[in-house]
Amino acid sequence: MTLQAPGFWPPTGPEIVFLLLGVVALGSALLVVTTRQLVHAALWLVVCFGALAGGYLVLTAEFVAWVQVLIYVGAVVVLLLFGIMLTRAPIGRSADLDSGNRWAAALVALATAAVLVTVVVSGFRTAYAPLDPGQGAAKPLGSSIFRTWVLPFEALSVLLLAALVGAIVLSRTDIQGRK
Amino acid sequence: MNNPGPTLSDFGHDPLWISIIKAVAIFVFLMLGVLFGVWTERKLISRMQHRYGPNRAGKFGLLQSVADGLKMGLKEDLMPRTVDKVIYFLAPVVIAVPAFLAFSVIPFGPMVWMFGHKTPLQLTDLPVAVLLVLATASIGVYGIVLAGWGSRSPYAILGGLRSSAQVVSYEIAMGLSFVAVFLKAGTLSTSEIVAKQAGGGTWDIFGMHIPTPSWYVFSLIPSFLIYAVTMLGETNRVPFDLPEGEGELVGGFHTEYSSSLKFAMFMLAEYVNVFTVSAMAITLFLGGWRAPWPISLWDGANTGWWPMLWFFAKLALAFAFFVWVRASLPRVRYDQLMAFGWKVLIPLNLGWILLAATLQALRLPESNRNGILAFGAVVVIAGLGIWLRFDTVNQRRREARAAEVEEEFEQLREEPAAGGFPVPPLDLPHYHGVVPSARAPKEEVTSGSN
Amino acid sequence: MHIVYPVVVSALLFSIGVYGVLARRNAILVLMSVELMLNAVNLNLVAFDVWLRDRLHGGQVLTLFVIVIAAAEVGLGLAIVLAVFRNRKTIDVDRLRDLSEDLTEADPEEVRP
Repeated sequence: MTLQAPGFWPPTGPEIVFLLLGVVALGSALLVVTTRQLVHAALWLVVCFGALAGGYLVLTAEFVAWVQVLIYVGAVVVLLLFGIMLTRAPIGRSADLDSGNRWAAALVALATAAVLVTVVVSGFRTAYAPLDPGQGAAKPLGSSIFRTWVLPFEALSVLLLAALVGAIVLSRTDIQGRK
Repeated sequence: MNNPGPTLSDFGHDPLWISIIKAVAIFVFLMLGVLFGVWTERKLISRMQHRYGPNRAGKFGLLQSVADGLKMGLKEDLMPRTVDKVIYFLAPVVIAVPAFLAFSVIPFGPMVWMFGHKTPLQLTDLPVAVLLVLATASIGVYGIVLAGWGSRSPYAILGGLRSSAQVVSYEIAMGLSFVAVFLKAGTLSTSEIVAKQAGGGTWDIFGMHIPTPSWYVFSLIPSFLIYAVTMLGETNRVPFDLPEGEGELVGGFHTEYSSSLKFAMFMLAEYVNVFTVSAMAITLFLGGWRAPWPISLWDGANTGWWPMLWFFAKLALAFAFFVWVRASLPRVRYDQLMAFGWKVLIPLNLGWILLAATLQALRLPESNRNGILAFGAVVVIAGLGIWLRFDTVNQRRREARAAEVEEEFEQLREEPAAGGFPVPPLDLPHYHGVVPSARAPKEEVTSGSN
Repeated sequence: MHIVYPVVVSALLFSIGVYGVLARRNAILVLMSVELMLNAVNLNLVAFDVWLRDRLHGGQVLTLFVIVIAAAEVGLGLAIVLAVFRNRKTIDVDRLRDLSEDLTEADPEEVRP
């Protein structure tokens, strides 16, 4: 699969688009973890997830891309926004969003980034995959989910049900334990 | 008559300028549709309520919406002092743009000749086009949440929270009601779903071949009914227009958006969303651009530009349905709304999907029918068993509670202060201190006399 | 597409998520950072699925599973955060010290239930 990988220069069109989307995703992710306004963090998270969905589209995984928009952007971040509003977040800047160990955190994150990037660059420098559309359409994905991966799928549905029940039990105040 | 229309392979060959023409045409169509949709709604609802409706601006008041739009454009654009300015400004844009985007995958007609090019009457299509519509709808929620949050007003934030909870929950039911269509059509692409509704099968019973109707509204009627309810919830229309419940929340999430162009954007988004969900109903259940039955007997009905006419007629009828519902039904209470969505629509939908999938599996030629039927019977019996088990428990609990209350009541009747409270005798008439006949006759207060 | 591009983007995204989890005090921001890390993993999965041309589509299917699990995780996480907020009137994770070993060093402005 990596017989004759073309050189890194010049980048192809999809690569340029992917890199731009990657920069957007990384930039908005940085803003998520550094912004001083809670609601803005959620909005930057939306931008980040949207850029990642675009990246999936470039990587020909279109079903995953739309599911990403549908579930992450449409449900998960809305839930997070609900959480922000229900915990009475102040509008505007709040000073105490970062804990005292942010320099240690930055150090750890930089170390992680350095290790991961050097490892993956040395590991996959020559890996090349030509993109041909149609790999991630609904049909092949659906048939492999419901044939090969049907057992994990069923296990996940049970997990989701358990999470649903658990969330309801946790958030309702009128459910008492057994007397 | 059996012109199945474009499939996925017909897309992506248009020159750029044809795509631009189509995009502009859709935009213009939606803008004009909103202008005249508002007029139609006001006119129709006034006739249903025995009044005239707008009749001053232009013939039949046709220009009323134009005048309103101009007025909104000329009004002072207020920016409340304490709002989160970026979010306050962004919210109307976020709500309006996805509403327009969803229309790019709606098929308006079959292949036509447009300036020497053969092209489908649809901007674009994807193998997962219906997901795109759902995704744009879920992005539209942000407009509501952000408008509510950015306004810094209790009414707005309550309205925004309510509305987004409502839209998110009804979106689940809506997505589930599409599942049966996907099962039946075997594709998520809008143009192919329309193509699959071209010809119905036949129903072989006792050696007779009865042609079945091809539109999914007939074969998947439960899905369609659920979708019809969820599309009211999804677009925040009556009877689910709680976010704008004037009696309790002033204007809901757009309370702080006075009648400027920003408010016009919310209005625009609401109507475009109505058009989008109607167009989805038409595409998925009502045969898309295909001519309805008596007309479809004519050979040319599904060729050329004619189908656009059928599509618009169906869209107008769907819009009239919205108006009809608005004129007929009162607003539901918020807990009723959520209970209906989660406890009625979603379970019903899941049950129906199971049934539809079973029927679909039975129809496959290579299927093991006895196995499927046996499995289905086991599932049904198990479900019934679980229901009976929990229902008897509920019944017993309810009876115990009733007996307890009755006992307490008996005790209280004998001894009013038995519960520890000084209570009046329970059979005392309720005067509340004022004998009705002794009240002074009230003077009539006419409205406007203040 | 050189696979190294998505993989590097994903590695950087993961590190940003690590920073967020360690540096933020607000529990909801911590949840958001966890989501960032999960998304980095998803990007990796999709990229390797495309590279290896998996006929079973293991990468993309696993991505869908991760998305579902993330939804469940956020639901439960928010329920817990709201329960904490109801009891403590704060969701700063470094003030929730009731289970810490040494109470003498506890934050003086800690909110007692």
